[in-house]
Amino acid sequence: MTDQLTRRGIIAGLGLGAAGLATGAFGQAAKAGPAVTLLNVSYDPTRELYVQYNPLFAANWAGSHGGQRVTVQQSHGGSGSQARAVIDGLPADVVTLALAYDVDSIAARGLINRDWQKRLPNNSAPYTSTMIFLVRKGNPWKLKTWSDLVKPGIKVVTPNPKTSGGARWNYVAAWAFALRQPGGNATTAEAFVKALYKNVPVLDTGARASTTTFAQRRIGDVLITWENEAHLAIKEFGAANFDIVYPPFSVLAEPSVAVVDKVVDRKKTRAAAEAYLQYLYSEAGQGVAARNFYRPRNPTVAARYRAQFPALEMISIDHPALGGWARVQATHFASGGVYDRITAK
Amino acid sequence: MSPAKRSWRFVEPSALPGFGPALGLTMAYLSFFLLVPLAALVLRPWEHGADHVFAVVSAERTLDALRLSFGAAFFAACVNAVFGTIVAWVLVRYDFPGKRILDAFVDLPFALPTAVAGIALVTIYAPNGPIGSIIEPMGLKVAYTPLGVMVALVFVGFPFVVRAIQPVLEEVQIDVEEAAATLGANRFRTISQVIFPAVLPSLLMGFSLALARAVGEYGSVTFIAGNQQNVSEIAPLLIIIHLEEFDYAGAAAIGLAMLLISIVMLFGLNLIQAKVAGRGER
Amino acid sequence: MSGLAKSPARRDPPFLVAGLIAVAVAYLALVVFLPLVIVFVEALRKGVGDYLAGIGDAEALSAIKLTLLVAAIAVPLNTIFGLAAAWCVTKFDFKGKNLLVTLIDLPFSISPVISGLIYVLLYGANGWFGPWLQEHNIQIIFSVTGIVLATTLVTLPFVARELIPLMQAQGSDEEAAATTLGANGLRTFFLITLPNVKWALMYGVLLSTARAMGEFGAVSVVSGKIRGLTATMPLQVEILYNEYNFVAAFAVASLLALFALVTLAVKTLLEARFSDELAAQRWR
Repeated sequence: MTDQLTRRGIIAGLGLGAAGLATGAFGQAAKAGPAVTLLNVSYDPTRELYVQYNPLFAANWAGSHGGQRVTVQQSHGGSGSQARAVIDGLPADVVTLALAYDVDSIAARGLINRDWQKRLPNNSAPYTSTMIFLVRKGNPWKLKTWSDLVKPGIKVVTPNPKTSGGARWNYVAAWAFALRQPGGNATTAEAFVKALYKNVPVLDTGARASTTTFAQRRIGDVLITWENEAHLAIKEFGAANFDIVYPPFSVLAEPSVAVVDKVVDRKKTRAAAEAYLQYLYSEAGQGVAARNFYRPRNPTVAARYRAQFPALEMISIDHPALGGWARVQATHFASGGVYDRITAK
Repeated sequence: MSPAKRSWRFVEPSALPGFGPALGLTMAYLSFFLLVPLAALVLRPWEHGADHVFAVVSAERTLDALRLSFGAAFFAACVNAVFGTIVAWVLVRYDFPGKRILDAFVDLPFALPTAVAGIALVTIYAPNGPIGSIIEPMGLKVAYTPLGVMVALVFVGFPFVVRAIQPVLEEVQIDVEEAAATLGANRFRTISQVIFPAVLPSLLMGFSLALARAVGEYGSVTFIAGNQQNVSEIAPLLIIIHLEEFDYAGAAAIGLAMLLISIVMLFGLNLIQAKVAGRGER
Repeated sequence: MSGLAKSPARRDPPFLVAGLIAVAVAYLALVVFLPLVIVFVEALRKGVGDYLAGIGDAEALSAIKLTLLVAAIAVPLNTIFGLAAAWCVTKFDFKGKNLLVTLIDLPFSISPVISGLIYVLLYGANGWFGPWLQEHNIQIIFSVTGIVLATTLVTLPFVARELIPLMQAQGSDEEAAATTLGANGLRTFFLITLPNVKWALMYGVLLSTARAMGEFGAVSVVSGKIRGLTATMPLQVEILYNEYNFVAAFAVASLLALFALVTLAVKTLLEARFSDELAAQRWR
């Protein structure tokens, strides 16, 4: 398959001026041969999750389809930029992004049917997560909750909400926290996030780059990040350097998955692509998720891994105070929105 | 040659064949790979109106990024002008063991992929790296600061000055130098008044090349810069960020601005170079 | 040259000579050697086993294959272009010649990121030709084709740049003589011009290949970074680096560094043996 695509690349590359000659080359690439190749376009911190999940799914699929081989290719980056790449023509069979809005924006361009969220259980979010703090060993600044992050002199590392999904969850968590404070309203919340982003020295384009900035480049006092990414950082860089802090309140992050209809219909890969996402809900899939510190939906699996997921209060994006992603996106992250206002110099 | 009498001709007559096909191929190739795509860069920024272009280009963040890209490139080229001249001088004038190897390695930054240079430099200058761990306690931060950007640009621009002035240094007429010495000029005067003016045009050319290369550099810088908005974020990175934010027009606007500034800058340097070269010949 | 160095006018005081050599060596060591050494040190930090595992990984191997493939397309294209461009620029006088030379040099002054960007502006789904391409199921951006396009643009000037000064210096007398004697154009080109410039041509091909294999900025804009499919070696280095897989990142980087060293060695050899044919100025 790779070879076929490569060969197509040569053909198209040589065709250059006469690109028209290569017409239809892409559509035919997937038909030949019994093996199936899927492209999963995902966001940053899921690298390790899907590295473990893909062979599991491939084995399962081969077992139920007479030994047919499925190869899953991965692409990772900031959730927003990955959605942009799919809209720009990155031929993803499935997207597994950080939040529903990014899938919606692909759907808005007609690549995914608008009812995508209803096609799989739990709003098409097979696992959940939340946004927590990673601090330097011993938590020298005693950072416990969101209000500690706006203190003068604290350096907060979080990615760019315009390109990263995790960054938007971070922002929403801070905003929701400010709303809940006594006397909290849109004005005080805006002042709160403004103070928070004043403390941000580096805005990377994705969660992974932020982790690198904090853990490896040693910039900042606290990293706001996915629960799973924080645990991974501890694993990669050693528990001797960092502590995880669970704030008492955060956001219920629901990373969404969807089949990209336009692409799977063109490549004739719908069956495998749908099975790929459904298998995420199986006990095996949920187990992989839990072992990678994503909170599983399946109650049995959740019970088994309860010890590794501390309880905290998590607000849903659909809570009336927030009003769902469409509203949050329009109010906060659209051009000229609250986020632009608070970061304008 | 008196143009008034001669009729206008596109190409001078030649005994050699093949002008048509060769020029045709050249122009078709340039059009496909360069001119048509550049047309997109020139035209696309305006699709959301001139206001958008102006807003993007005049945003504090864009101005900071442009200032950093051009400023760091300028300083890096200056550093290379000084040390590149010394290296070229040493390579041309002195004999010492290992000289051939040294000479060969001058071109390494040209052959070594920038991403490789990037991860190597950041490893060296990170707080726990071999140099970073020495200079950081002294209060000198390189990695993830504008200084890091400059270090990367010094690396990519290094070969240009050396390679530009090496041939000229080799050719400086020995009799001119000898004459100057015989006439009683001391070594310093010979260098500053005889050799330096001869080398200056090439030095300027090497400087411009190093500058042009450094302004657009992305690969090596992105690893070491820290990419901090308004501080260590270079213009090419900001283009990518605009692309990732789905702002095609904004990305193209910054690209266009960079291109225009580069062209004006190189044009200016060429003028200076031509002037200096003209004076040298008199 | 050592003869020249002995000339009294050029004999500098020993302390100055030693000092300047020390400065030059130190500068080269700091700026050039150290980064090179670090690449190999880091790649071998955890032993040869991990190093080989890093290179032998399936994704790394496909990155190597892709990188070679892209160079194998982009470099010959630019070679043909370079020969054609040098032929018309150096053998003929025509209006707008200077402009043409400037255009050939232009990609050198364009940021690689812009070189990638302009193809996205053209062929991306929201580009000028995007809708048409999508209708006909042609993938350019986020595929090997896009990577080839961007790489070709970035390395476009190198062969032409090597040939033009040399062919200018050689003039066209030999070719003119051959033509007068009845040889046709192609014969003249292959029997006279090509042998005359072969070393410079090889040199240009070598430089283009090095740049084509190492291109990062332009490729990273158009690639989509699909592991094992559209990740070239430099992109694979970045991907591995971002996964904290430093040994593997440096292992792949070390292959690129090795290739750079080979490039330098071949170049030094060419210069030593054919210095007069390459004497034409390299960095105009």
